[in-house]
Amino acid sequence: MPVTVKLPTVLRPHAGGERQVDAAGATVGEVMGDLIGRFPSLKDQLFETEASLRRFVNVYLNDDDIRYLGGLEAGVSDGDRLTILPAVAGG
Amino acid sequence: MSPVANVLELIGNTPTVDISGLSPNPRVSLVVKLEGQNPGGSIKDRVALSMVTALEKDGVLTPGATLMEPTSGNTGISLALIARVRGYRLIAVMADNTSAERRDLLEALGAEIISTPGDEGSNGAVRRAEQLAVEHPEWVFPYQYSNPANPDAHYTGTGPEIWRDTPELTHLVAGLGTGGTLVGAGRYLKEQSRAVQLWAVEPPAGESVAGLRNMDDGYVPAVFTDGGGPALLDRRLIIGPDASVEWSRKLVDQGILAGLSTGAALAGAARCAAEIDEGLIVVVSADGMWKYLSSGAWGADPASAADRLSKSVYF
Repeated sequence: MPVTVKLPTVLRPHAGGERQVDAAGATVGEVMGDLIGRFPSLKDQLFETEASLRRFVNVYLNDDDIRYLGGLEAGVSDGDRLTILPAVAGG
Repeated sequence: MSPVANVLELIGNTPTVDISGLSPNPRVSLVVKLEGQNPGGSIKDRVALSMVTALEKDGVLTPGATLMEPTSGNTGISLALIARVRGYRLIAVMADNTSAERRDLLEALGAEIISTPGDEGSNGAVRRAEQLAVEHPEWVFPYQYSNPANPDAHYTGTGPEIWRDTPELTHLVAGLGTGGTLVGAGRYLKEQSRAVQLWAVEPPAGESVAGLRNMDDGYVPAVFTDGGGPALLDRRLIIGPDASVEWSRKLVDQGILAGLSTGAALAGAARCAAEIDEGLIVVVSADGMWKYLSSGAWGADPASAADRLSKSVYF
């Protein structure tokens, strides 16, 4: 299922300079896998191990942090939007 | 009410207002807690007072000392106010794309500002402050991002006040900056009632911080992780500048003049209200609108204001 993936500035050089790309899959993990299949250098930026994201990587499904939706197993639907962001502090 | 001995005694004990008129669900009440009523104008007065008091108690902070702190604005302003009253000096380390009003207020309170590149966001200010703390061991470094006195202020203040004023609450929605509010008040409220849900709201700031070299330049405050923040939260949403501006403007209809992060929190609360069947959502309003007027968010062209905000630090 096609999903739009929005990339932060810091990751765009790894994806041909694009700010957003389309990727497919039935879960967040599958969508990320499809993304990495096309842009392999994203893998080290995003993943610590096969199954876990790096510490400072936040992924949101339709603006909702995937950690609270079932993580990489969370299901996605046609037209959903994934946003990848580096963790940033406030205060 | 009789006069207090000094303005710091006015910190905390902030009022709440029913704003259910803005709820998209008639069975869900909305209440906003106005932290902008603190003397320094934000919720950070609680954190700054808690950190300074702890440092004084430990004997680290002695008369005439210099405090140094990374901030996106509010913590700096609160520390500057307390430093002024208690006889300390403050150096605030801050990204150069925070609002002009924040810098003006820091100057008015006699603080010195060390600017860091705006394209590194708050993360750049944190990193610079960490270096400065090593270079200047004579400076006192409260460090809100890893100081337990930060969440403590909310565990002993904000949380109990919310429970006292709205014991029927089902959800707490607050901005996520250091994580202090959510970890401190959130833990207290969940200890009172396990049914209370915590929703965090943050800006999609990572999109604009072009100065980060890679994802490892990201930053997660120890206050949040060591405080068990990730497990404590029930949801975590990003709310963009468009919705933050839109909901800050809606608050004006209720006569509430709140800052942009309040707009974001309210947008999150509206989403929550639409998802749940019934309940009472308490929204923490971190500060008032005054420091953001120059953004144009309440002017004739809110869309342009939101566009400019996407490149600045307003949380």
